[in-house]
Amino acid sequence: MGYVGKSVKRVEDPRFIQGHGKYVANIKLPGMAYAAIKRSPYAHAEIISINTEKAENLEGVVAIFTGRDLMEGTKLSGPCGALPCGFVPPNTKVPTRHPLAVDEVNHVGDGVAVVVAESAYIAYDALDLIEVDYKPLPAVVDAKAAAQEGAPLVHAEIANNTSFLWTLGDKEATKKAFAEADHVIELELINQRLIPNAIEPRAAVAQWDKFAGEMTLWTTSQNPHIIRLLLSGFTLGIPENKLRVVSPDVGGGFGSKIFHYPEEVIIPWLARALDRPVKWVASRSESFMTDSHGRDHITNCKLAVKSDGTFTGLWVSTWANMGAYLSTFAPLIPTALYITLFSGLYKIPAIWGETRGVITNTVPVDAYRGAGRPEASYQLERLVDLAARELGMDVVEIRRKNLIPENEFPYQTPVAMIYDSGNYQKLFDTLEELAGYQEMRKEQAKARQEGRLVGIGVSGCIEASAPGPSPVVTSLGSAIGLYESGIVRVHPTGQLSVFTGSHAHGQGHETTFAQVVADELGLPMEAIQIVHGDTDRIPFGTGTYGSRSAAIGASALVRSAEKIREKVTRIAAHQLEANFEDMVYDQDNGTIYVKGSPDKSKSFAEIAFTSYYAANLPPGIEPGLEATTYYDPSNFTFPNSAQIVQVEIDKHTGAVRIERFVAVDDVGKTINPMIVNGQIVGGIVQGVGQALWEHGVYDENGQLLSGSLMNYALPRADQFPMMETGRIETPSPHNPLGVKGAGEMGTIAATVTVANAVMDALAPLGIRHIDMPLTAEKIWQAIQSSQNGGAN
Amino acid sequence: MNIPVSITVNGVQHRRDVEPRLLLVHFLRDMLGLTGTNIGCDTSQCGACTVHLDGMSVKSCTVLAVQADGSSVTTIEGLAQNGKLHPMQQAFWDHHGLQCGYCTPGMIMAAVKLVENNPSISEAEIRHGLEGNLCRCTGYENIVKSVKAGAGG
Repeated sequence: MGYVGKSVKRVEDPRFIQGHGKYVANIKLPGMAYAAIKRSPYAHAEIISINTEKAENLEGVVAIFTGRDLMEGTKLSGPCGALPCGFVPPNTKVPTRHPLAVDEVNHVGDGVAVVVAESAYIAYDALDLIEVDYKPLPAVVDAKAAAQEGAPLVHAEIANNTSFLWTLGDKEATKKAFAEADHVIELELINQRLIPNAIEPRAAVAQWDKFAGEMTLWTTSQNPHIIRLLLSGFTLGIPENKLRVVSPDVGGGFGSKIFHYPEEVIIPWLARALDRPVKWVASRSESFMTDSHGRDHITNCKLAVKSDGTFTGLWVSTWANMGAYLSTFAPLIPTALYITLFSGLYKIPAIWGETRGVITNTVPVDAYRGAGRPEASYQLERLVDLAARELGMDVVEIRRKNLIPENEFPYQTPVAMIYDSGNYQKLFDTLEELAGYQEMRKEQAKARQEGRLVGIGVSGCIEASAPGPSPVVTSLGSAIGLYESGIVRVHPTGQLSVFTGSHAHGQGHETTFAQVVADELGLPMEAIQIVHGDTDRIPFGTGTYGSRSAAIGASALVRSAEKIREKVTRIAAHQLEANFEDMVYDQDNGTIYVKGSPDKSKSFAEIAFTSYYAANLPPGIEPGLEATTYYDPSNFTFPNSAQIVQVEIDKHTGAVRIERFVAVDDVGKTINPMIVNGQIVGGIVQGVGQALWEHGVYDENGQLLSGSLMNYALPRADQFPMMETGRIETPSPHNPLGVKGAGEMGTIAATVTVANAVMDALAPLGIRHIDMPLTAEKIWQAIQSSQNGGAN
Repeated sequence: MNIPVSITVNGVQHRRDVEPRLLLVHFLRDMLGLTGTNIGCDTSQCGACTVHLDGMSVKSCTVLAVQADGSSVTTIEGLAQNGKLHPMQQAFWDHHGLQCGYCTPGMIMAAVKLVENNPSISEAEIRHGLEGNLCRCTGYENIVKSVKAGAGG
């Protein structure tokens, strides 16, 4: 029907634009009670006692439970287990994380007790009446400092607060490359902590059916099946066949809603303990101190370069702040999603990377849009810019000199990955043309003569999206396989219910997946309903993150549609008394006929009906028309992007204005260009947020200073020009659709492009590097100190 | 002590006894079941809860229900008339002005008032006018295009 490749308007939008999104916070059940959680004001403290008496006496309070109550269980609700870590490389030390803290709190926001009341207002009132006696303990917040001998320990059993050391590459070869290098470009940097801030705060509602022993949990998750698995196997202990987890419409995730959070244990536990529905909705302040954060690396890195600009080696040592506990996939991010991307778009013969995962008294850090890959891109692309500056080369020229040539794909990097496809030269050709790069440089020269601080930033970045296959990711430490399920169920009247284990929280799967299935079967999109986000309707799924849904989730549906096509064709062949081999399934209109006789065709709907009527099926063919696939990809896909940004800095205030933003991406084939462009542009703005404004700041005592939207700066509408986007297309050979991930590329590339632009603007002042976020204040300080003869 | 209020919402008058501290957004969501107005923060930054109060766009987390006594409120549920989308709703759909949809009701309600009496509103005016509404998905670009189209200029 030709839907794929077209900007079809989204079928999910009518409910959202009319205020009928089905978000968890909108659920109201008869007899429902409301929970609120008492949280630690200390980063590290022993809990001496918790006095709940006054709170219990408040009218409207139903019950109060502490961490110990949950750990030990009550008569009606059994003990809760600790929250597991789902990615544990060898020799990793995993601290115990209870749903509510027992005996000791380890970050500001760690829960200590939960109140259930007749209204949310009363529950919040009661929080203030709970008296917790704490004995404050010394706190650590900086990853590098926390890993030093003698630093206070967050968990007594984890020496030097170091949970793991993960390395990859050829250490000796890299040492040799540096020994022989003409130039060594070194950089110490901080990739600052970010706080994700999906606009929908997390929420959970649970309903217990005590007679059936069945629990339903509605939760704001990107992967309800994984939550069910962990609840059943580790934390709540309710069998999977009696546990339903529903993630209806979810208001943005960006990684922060992947993880199994304490409230997903606490709320159903309460529903069972009290035998009534219970609801919890995070306030934004709670989101700040409980949603897993992102990034937070301290890194020393260096690039070995020949005099002609050829890269010969890269060495990176990182201290990754993991926070107080290991969140569900936390160790994966600064290891297998980070060091494996160190080669970027370039041929770098020798690479060594090492990451220490360090426990601190801060909110746990886990995947946040890009997850490891923006950090890898940031330092490499900063080093490349500094190398160009040292060698007196143009920043595009030095990149072009080192790009992996088109004829070397699939390309094996020195850090495990095999890049699938790409044409990086064409990527830069397209970018330079779209931007008018040479002209931009001329304009910049003029502006500099006028004394204006105009900067042009360039980057070329790689992403590994859609991780897989399962044997590879599990061998790296993943506790789950990374395949996806896709079920195509054809109803007797010819309509389709299509079930996917992927989960949409803004990505538009109800549209794009329907486009794919419609084209595979030659049906109108209106005949297809995409179902996701409910463990009772979809047998299993691994969810949406890592830009995997189109490449893996939609590919599962392609395979199921192929099975449907084959069965339909076999039934039609039988009814038309022809050989299967002589049949044509016309994907333009969903008709099936004998080659050369399209006038005597059977329609898809006719065959669907007869497959259920079952009066005249070929021998060996079962009635019904449904196909299931668990699709495991053959490899990752490798989207790539090149960007040029022009900024101007007000030298009197240090404020950065983005004047142009040009981005060219290769995300393989596109199912819906409008949606892909929306992902790229939205991703870019998030990446710019890190470069210029966003920063999760702790003081030395572990107090979160940026704990609300008043002091954590999210990007706003008036800070951006219209983006200029372009696309080249090298299909991925790793999935039947030829797609690569599109959800994170913008973010991965934008951060460093803007940072490079700002540093380019400041280059005439002799300023070499400033850590992000590049706020007006920091830039102003750097300008002042450069003018006073200080170095930076 | 509860206080009686009478608030007309989407053309229907509602009389309720409310706590003096009850926020208008909770009155709409919890007492009237109009959950289209979303809550995204607790410091009046995000604008997800924007509604029209006596013809002005306000953040309903920053208004007490008792302050709205005798007033007329329009929420996202009351924007479409006779089954026909408001031009601003249609524009958001046409121009992919939303992804997860959570900021969308507030964004649309703010936009409707922003363009009122200014059909040829400029891009810069739109961007400035939407400074009080946060979106984490779209990067604002398609929202700006939607608002321009929805302005009808």
